[in-house]
Amino acid sequence: MLDILAAAPFWIAVLRVATPLIFGTLGVLLCERAGVLNLGIEGIMVAGAFAGWLAVYYGAGLWTGVLIAACTGAVFGVLHGLLTVILALSQHVAGLGITLLATSLSYYAYRVNFPKVSSPPTILPFTETHWFDRVPLIGTALGAQTALTLLALAIVPLIAYVLNRTPAGLAVRMVGENPAAVEAQGISVAGVRVGAIAAGSALMGVAGAFLTLSAFNAFYFNMVNGRGWICVALVVFASWRPGKALLGSILFAAFDALQLRLQQSSAGVLPYQLYLMMPYLLSILALALVARKAAYPQALMKPYRKGER
Amino acid sequence: MMRLEPRLRVPPALILTAPIVSVAVTLVLCAALIVWADAPVGRAYLLLFDGAFGSRFAITETLTRATPLILTGLAAAVAFRAHFYNIGAEGQLYLGALAAVAIGTSGISAPPVVLFPLMIVAGMAAGAALLLVPALAKTRLGVDEVVTTLLLNFVALLFVSLMLDGPMKDPTAMGWPQSLTLPEELEFGKLLERSRVHSGLIIAIVLAVALWIVNARTTFGYEMRAVGANAKAARFAGISVNTAMLKTALLSGALAGLAGVGEVAGRAGYLTLDMSPGYGYSGIVIAMLAGLNPLGVVLAAIFVAGVIVGADSMSRAVGVPTYLADVIVAVSLLSMLVATMLARYKVRWS
Amino acid sequence: MQPPVLRLSGITKRFGALVANDDISLDLARGEVLGLLGENGAGKSTLVSILFGHYVADAGSIEVFGKPLPPGQPKAALASGIGMVHQHFTLADNLSVLDNVLIGTEALWSPRSHRREARERLLSTSKQFGLTVDPDARIASLSVGERQRVEILKALYRGARILILDEPTAVLTPQESEALFETLRTLIADGLSIIFISHKLDEVLAVSARVAVLRQGKLVALRDAGALNKAELAELMVGRRVDAPVREPAAAYSTSDTLLSVSELAAGDKLQHASFDVRRGEIFGIAGVSGNGQAQLADALCGLLSAAHGEIRIDGRTVSAAPRAFIAASVARVPEDRGAVGVIGDLPIWENAISEHYREPAFSRLGWLRRGAAKAEARRIVERFDVRSSSLDAPTRSMSGGNIQKLILGRALLNQPAVVVANQPTWGLDVGAVAYIHTQLLAARDRGAAVVLISEDLDELFAIADRIAVMFHGYLSEARRDWTLAEIGLAMAGSRQ
Repeated sequence: MLDILAAAPFWIAVLRVATPLIFGTLGVLLCERAGVLNLGIEGIMVAGAFAGWLAVYYGAGLWTGVLIAACTGAVFGVLHGLLTVILALSQHVAGLGITLLATSLSYYAYRVNFPKVSSPPTILPFTETHWFDRVPLIGTALGAQTALTLLALAIVPLIAYVLNRTPAGLAVRMVGENPAAVEAQGISVAGVRVGAIAAGSALMGVAGAFLTLSAFNAFYFNMVNGRGWICVALVVFASWRPGKALLGSILFAAFDALQLRLQQSSAGVLPYQLYLMMPYLLSILALALVARKAAYPQALMKPYRKGER
Repeated sequence: MMRLEPRLRVPPALILTAPIVSVAVTLVLCAALIVWADAPVGRAYLLLFDGAFGSRFAITETLTRATPLILTGLAAAVAFRAHFYNIGAEGQLYLGALAAVAIGTSGISAPPVVLFPLMIVAGMAAGAALLLVPALAKTRLGVDEVVTTLLLNFVALLFVSLMLDGPMKDPTAMGWPQSLTLPEELEFGKLLERSRVHSGLIIAIVLAVALWIVNARTTFGYEMRAVGANAKAARFAGISVNTAMLKTALLSGALAGLAGVGEVAGRAGYLTLDMSPGYGYSGIVIAMLAGLNPLGVVLAAIFVAGVIVGADSMSRAVGVPTYLADVIVAVSLLSMLVATMLARYKVRWS
Repeated sequence: MQPPVLRLSGITKRFGALVANDDISLDLARGEVLGLLGENGAGKSTLVSILFGHYVADAGSIEVFGKPLPPGQPKAALASGIGMVHQHFTLADNLSVLDNVLIGTEALWSPRSHRREARERLLSTSKQFGLTVDPDARIASLSVGERQRVEILKALYRGARILILDEPTAVLTPQESEALFETLRTLIADGLSIIFISHKLDEVLAVSARVAVLRQGKLVALRDAGALNKAELAELMVGRRVDAPVREPAAAYSTSDTLLSVSELAAGDKLQHASFDVRRGEIFGIAGVSGNGQAQLADALCGLLSAAHGEIRIDGRTVSAAPRAFIAASVARVPEDRGAVGVIGDLPIWENAISEHYREPAFSRLGWLRRGAAKAEARRIVERFDVRSSSLDAPTRSMSGGNIQKLILGRALLNQPAVVVANQPTWGLDVGAVAYIHTQLLAARDRGAAVVLISEDLDELFAIADRIAVMFHGYLSEARRDWTLAEIGLAMAGSRQ
């Protein structure tokens, strides 16, 4: 196994697999720091994947596609915020409803645009940048990534900075701990929460776009395949901190890439389904280990009614 | 600034009109999608209704589809009322079907009178057992059940795939991963000839009524309602919250497992990987549409089944993608949530 | 004569049919402490919320330092120099002192927080007013008195010149309250003006220059503090003479009468050591500032918390730590949080009436609820204990706090329990409801129950308890009959004689 871990192709794959997890986990992190559980992530990733890909298919540039995916995510995020923050509906159910809506709308729109295709139409995706090829040790792995992966890595410290060193980030953190404290300063709790959800959902949209614009080059049904839910688990594992979110995503991706290679190398010994089960079982195990000590944002999932004590 | 105030007394009329209003709003919103597909709105909706309820064939198809949906809807309603968010009904359904087929095709020499109920019990037990893991994780370790039940769906389906590729594979199925077929005497009987409606429907409806009675009139129902409304106060009063939650989880998992048994023993006859087009997830929508009321679940399940069946035939006629059904269901869920909330709360502007 | 720093003219506010504030006018002078007195529901919170911009008055105007204050804008109130220290602190436990002070002081869209400058300014402000804090400490690690200091610093950091303190001493010991009054004197000397809201008459008289009394929304008195005494103030607040319930001294005891025996009990993270006996026909009071372990003691006495050490005996027998076991041992329990723990708000009143006994043969058979019997029991409670509600089927949360408490009390006392555990039973209730509950507790005592009364209200304990012990830092003191206020205050602050 050590030879697998030492080889560059392994880490190239790891970074690639980790990218949508990084975007997605940071997205969930922003929402939950503000006190809102966003179960719409699975659907928003589908919508982002579709919207970004469709834009590029019809001639937009790749980065425009990413932007459109982000905006699509943000729109669903605002809808989620309207339902859970303004109307104080159950965050669990509203989130699942958004996942259903975003997914079904995406599939519907795909079929309306392409009623008769049997194999999904392709586009020209992001290419490997090879910017860091000459950096020792990590250069090969980094160099073989596309610009979106490098963006994901850059966003981690950016989010950490925004959360910890800007007034807006402080407002987001506080709204997830004690919303009354924020309201007392004349800042709108609803505004901060919906803003955080929109920003987080934009990141989720980009996570989806990575799948269609970078990892693959077409839109498939069942493309997201549970990655959104894994991000929800990873956030708990990461104690709601961006740095740990990066670590968790890479760790998870490493396990995922490892099981694929183990599968290939010891072909026929164990059924492939067992290997595919591992990421999910690992996530559950990680959650079980971390849950007791988790320092939840104190206002998570508690709807805030203005003026109530 | 907008503020929400709980109404002290909710007029029953408002509660009843909420589903009707939300369905109406849904149809209006989804009309835009039909227009986008370059299809006539009125004709499309008529075809939808016709395909769902317009003929004997349509009605029986709708009822056949509704059978597993009633059961997964009940599974979700039971769990959600106790604030135990069971998103794993899909996996529980498949495991239930697997267990049923395992017993039914095992070749055990016992009369059908014994094997038939055994098959059902095995299916329910399998579904309950799968949900027991997240339930225990929640009560003992405080792990949020949403993610664990969700992730277990994938695990369960992979396990079924493993079984269908290996030990339970039907060798005469020309390479497709599917199980052996259940012997005829173990299948659910047909309710009507030349249709697919089977006695699973009766079981589902009877269970819905039974659950409604249990909820309102028994001590178990009282405990479930108390724990669901306020677990802390329930504990203070001497109700064992963890036991109530575990019992609820077992019941919910069993109902989802039973949905799987019904599908494999009533409709299909053998188990394949694509047996369920998301019945487990639809159950959640149905439970919410029904306001978590067991009797409402029957109506909501028929509604959702009708939409799905109707969309199929409509799609072939006017070229609107079948995914319209999923959009309609999703939009009606969200508008139902909003409508119910507006029925219970007054909106105040200050 | 300097112009008033704050002038309220004709403030009126209605909520539906309820007139919360009725034409209230008052002035606040520079360097003055104005005490604002009133019972629960008199309109103090509403008035202050209007000042702070949470509500908009239906009529009237406010001038701060001579300039009119735009209504309904907390930001404008803050900018004009008004600072508020709420009764329930608005602090985020998981964040640092600096974070909590900084929130809202910088433009939201600014790309960088100036934390270093803020930290220096915070330290100099705290030094100026003698309020020491560590800017990087997590709020969760601070004591209640320290958290209040952070709240005051939040206001001073923002340049408040008018400070409103809402029930500031509700969570402090008498000694911590003295420290607070010292702080207030420093603030006054610096030219700040203070509105001090409290229901504790002695403190208001001690610290205020003038006292304003609100009753049922109206300003009924505005006088110099020196010209008033406690009895007059109480009468003004309540509008009638308040008759304390008549308490007969408890009968003589013998040890065989011990119904509740607690020995060397330790539980949870706060309760370290409690030993006491309560006999038949006695009210045993437990005083102490909240946070010293009473909540854990109450939970242990209700069966909610198992003992890490020591034991509880009811009538000589140990009871396992489960609510059901305590209920079966004839322990009646009145919890601190009546709305969220004592009843299940969404369930109808009759279902809450039997929530502790629904498993008994009287109310259920073979798993079926006996609704008729249950509703009859509920009717008995409602009639005997004067519970006002629209119907037995109405959701319990539709009742007022006082009626919910009467339901809980009735459920607890109806069947003549051996032991009664009451935790802050009269918190937040009006004078009439308080008197009713005291009467019921005394009646239970006279019928032979052993009553444990945990309360932060010394007046209440002195009025009806036969013996009082004090909780501090998890330790329960000796019980005495004859405390003086000074002695009990010192015990509450932890100094032993």
